[in-house]
Amino acid sequence: MARPPDNSLPHRLSTGRFGPLILLFMRYGPPRWSRYIRSQWTGSRLVIAVPYLWLLLFFLVPFLIVFKISFSEVQVAMPPYAPLFDWVEDARRLIVTFNLNNYLFLLTDDLYVSTFLYSVKVAAISTLICLLVGYPMAYAIARSSPAIRNVWLMLVILPFWTSFLLRVYAWVGLLKNDGVINNLLLGLGLIDEPMSLLYTDFAVYVGIVYSYLPFMILPLYSNLEKHDLTLLEAAADLGARPVRAFLSITLPLSMPGIIAGSLLVFIPAVGEYVIPSLLGRSDQLMIGRVLSDEFFSNRDWPVASAVAIAMLLLLVIPIMLFQRYQKRELEARK
Amino acid sequence: MKSNGWFRGLALLVGFAFLYVPILSMIAFSFNNSRLVTVWDAANSPTLKWYRLLFDNEQILGAAWLSIQIAAMTATGAVVLGTIAGLVLARFGPFRGRALLSGLTTAPLVMPEVITGLSLLLLFVSLEQLIGWPSGRGVLTITIAHITFAMAYVTVVVQSRLAGFDDSLEEAALDLGARPARVFFSITLPLILPAIVSGWLLAFTLSWDDVVISQFVAGPGSSTLPMVIFSKVRLGVSPDVNALATIMVMIVAAGVVLSALWMRHQERRREREMRMARAAEK
Amino acid sequence: MATQNADRGGAAPSRHVDRAREYVRIEGVTKKFGDFVAVDNVSLTIFKGEIFCLLGGSGCGKTTLLRMLAGFEAPTSGRILIDGQDMADIPPYDRPVNMMFQSYALFPHMTVERNVAFGLEQERLPAREIAKRVAEMLEIVKLGPFAQRKPHQLSGGQRQRVALARALVKRPKLLLLDEPLGALDKKLREHTQFELINLQEQLGVTFIVVTHDQEEAMTLASRIGVMNRGEIVQVGTPTDIYEYPNSRFVADFIGSVNMFEGTLVEDEPDHVRIESAELGGVIYVDHGISSAPGATVWAAIRPEKIDIDRSPPADPRENCVRGVVKEIAYMGDLSVYLVRIDSGKMVRVTLPNIERHADSRISWDETVYLTWHPTSPVVLSQ
Repeated sequence: MARPPDNSLPHRLSTGRFGPLILLFMRYGPPRWSRYIRSQWTGSRLVIAVPYLWLLLFFLVPFLIVFKISFSEVQVAMPPYAPLFDWVEDARRLIVTFNLNNYLFLLTDDLYVSTFLYSVKVAAISTLICLLVGYPMAYAIARSSPAIRNVWLMLVILPFWTSFLLRVYAWVGLLKNDGVINNLLLGLGLIDEPMSLLYTDFAVYVGIVYSYLPFMILPLYSNLEKHDLTLLEAAADLGARPVRAFLSITLPLSMPGIIAGSLLVFIPAVGEYVIPSLLGRSDQLMIGRVLSDEFFSNRDWPVASAVAIAMLLLLVIPIMLFQRYQKRELEARK
Repeated sequence: MKSNGWFRGLALLVGFAFLYVPILSMIAFSFNNSRLVTVWDAANSPTLKWYRLLFDNEQILGAAWLSIQIAAMTATGAVVLGTIAGLVLARFGPFRGRALLSGLTTAPLVMPEVITGLSLLLLFVSLEQLIGWPSGRGVLTITIAHITFAMAYVTVVVQSRLAGFDDSLEEAALDLGARPARVFFSITLPLILPAIVSGWLLAFTLSWDDVVISQFVAGPGSSTLPMVIFSKVRLGVSPDVNALATIMVMIVAAGVVLSALWMRHQERRREREMRMARAAEK
Repeated sequence: MATQNADRGGAAPSRHVDRAREYVRIEGVTKKFGDFVAVDNVSLTIFKGEIFCLLGGSGCGKTTLLRMLAGFEAPTSGRILIDGQDMADIPPYDRPVNMMFQSYALFPHMTVERNVAFGLEQERLPAREIAKRVAEMLEIVKLGPFAQRKPHQLSGGQRQRVALARALVKRPKLLLLDEPLGALDKKLREHTQFELINLQEQLGVTFIVVTHDQEEAMTLASRIGVMNRGEIVQVGTPTDIYEYPNSRFVADFIGSVNMFEGTLVEDEPDHVRIESAELGGVIYVDHGISSAPGATVWAAIRPEKIDIDRSPPADPRENCVRGVVKEIAYMGDLSVYLVRIDSGKMVRVTLPNIERHADSRISWDETVYLTWHPTSPVVLSQ
């Protein structure tokens, strides 16, 4: 039987004016449906291209630019950094100014190293506290009756919908020297003079835990809810006390939820800016604030870029762990 | 296990107290006449003074309006892009570059905002140098930045919803003669509509609330509400902010409660219909 | 050589099968998923107007084959022709084929009417025509009063009828059914089986049904294709498959069977004798088979073809064995006897309960003699 004339769209396009360009574009692997939608090839490729191009341009390329500028030198100019590539017209040469000064600066200057370490420490402790607060809540919600469960979840999510900034602000009012907590304690006679709660590490921990609690509770709940309760019954039948059953069965099974929740809190917490600005110490800054200061106050874009890249390097492993967890969750859902 | 019923109750009590006491205290003190906010001026309180002042405050009202506009545009853009990305990742089989797309859509979920903000600002500056667009920073750059990070959330929500129901419905539609585009609009889209709506609301909230990224990519004259609030509260507490917070909390609470009631009503009706069908069968 | 599966047509209840008109031809179709071979070089011909059943256990490849017919998977090699047209590269929405999914796949946000109309809307028919055909089809499946309901308001049986109506309203040349009766309870299943057959005869559509349920296959099909591990092992009418299986697999897969291994001691054109240690005796079969003397063969005898008696037959040397009744399962309409013969093997015998009173029936631990007619055993060499 003779092969019918190829009247499909890609073929028609590829023999047109932009033929070679189209053929190049089509070389990048067919989506599943194209196995039988040959004529729709360009259609589904276009669909994939739209968000892809956006993210490439507005998410990936910016990182590359940051990377590039981190190797450059600061200049009093607009923009305030020396160009990396300079085409010298008459000499017909390309001068590449590429230096690691900014990174060396970061590594050798005490300020940056201690700031990094401090940020990681604060984020880690906050994550731990958040876990200790969030796990019992998630557990309690998962074990409550299905009818009331949705009410609890709604109550957990409700603060998240109100402004994050305002909720952090609320703690300023609670923690300051003439704030609610101090007034209460003074009024009850438990202390003689106000405790210095604000502008301390403690205040930052509270702020982070408070703001990120829904991010810890939801993945934990999502995991705990799927647990097969008959496993605990079997454990009890075999003689295990509730605490033992929890440690041997529930806790290990909830590990994926613990990891997901912890990553969801830890990674953004390292780079937190608003919370330390409103609640934190002024003598020891977190890295997010340092980056911002380098950029806005010092107008040193290259160093700020180097700080950003250094932060990324620090966080790249947790980020990849998180993405691996996300993928597994979605596949399990199928 | 009844033995730890008291523990569960305690956990919930303490947890929710922790979550809500700050908000409630903020609301309470919005009616306090004293400028010190947390020192209750019993003689002159409660008062609506701060609310009245709020409505006369041009700066705040202007910033609020700007924020609403940006948030609406962001939400719409994020929903369009995020739904497409979610659809591609959930329904399209392997294609070259899929891993990268998957990574690009989930990274913004955890990326610290200072990094995203800085990188986007540098992008806009470089683009302006290169091709003259965007000329200066303002509403457009803020919106683009917000769409970029908000779409990640929408993608996750849509992708998760799509993964939840199998594709036999879409295959049935293909089998009945519908082309892929028609399948999407007639079958897939109506079924993921709840996810899209919650994605829109989520993106709106994220944009409405954003401080850090806005600070990086905003320009002179385009101050969003969070930026205004932030610069105010850096200096200390401010009672009109309490009033503003109360209004926002009330709006959100009303919205959440209404939507929960609506969903419960829908579910009850569905259950009733299913019960009727089963009874009729007998 | 095995006894070939002859297509002894006409043994099944009569259907309007146009044997001359070949409708679907599957030529050497293979489907691989990576290294895993789901469908292995399958060739099959299906005739217009017949109900063809693909029967097999899970993982045998029958669903994959069906999906290739529908267009959701493409064969790794080989081709599929429907009504003479090669289906390569033709997407599901351009094929003259419709499918009824195992889960029914009804669109939950549309009413019954809109669900059924969906396929017609894709054909761009005028609205009045669509409404007419939808109403007609709903009448045929007896769902007229339910037209405005949504799927979650219907019972399982009703949903199945909607799925059927939705597929049939497009008047496809070929209808594919994936485990159509799987989700229904027993009574409903029987009722629906006959409804399906009537519908098919009324509309004259060719059906291809995929199922793991033998009863379903035997009731519905005009021909059955038994599949195992990606291959078609036998094709024939239900009678062919049941009475003339071509292998131990098929004999064992359909219904129950007693299998006796033995050696061919006499091989004549008109009869054979098999000596079986498993049986503890000789089996005499009254037709010739194509095998060499001395070959190892298996004699398959169905339980209903064995006679059970307290007294020995006239000539107990052949086609007879003595045993003790060990188990009796009373099924109401028949009784199943498990008899342990002298060699230790358990033989399964079924007898209809002709008499109501139990007194004269054979009971446990009785010594009995099992006999069968020389035409009853099927001799298998694979």
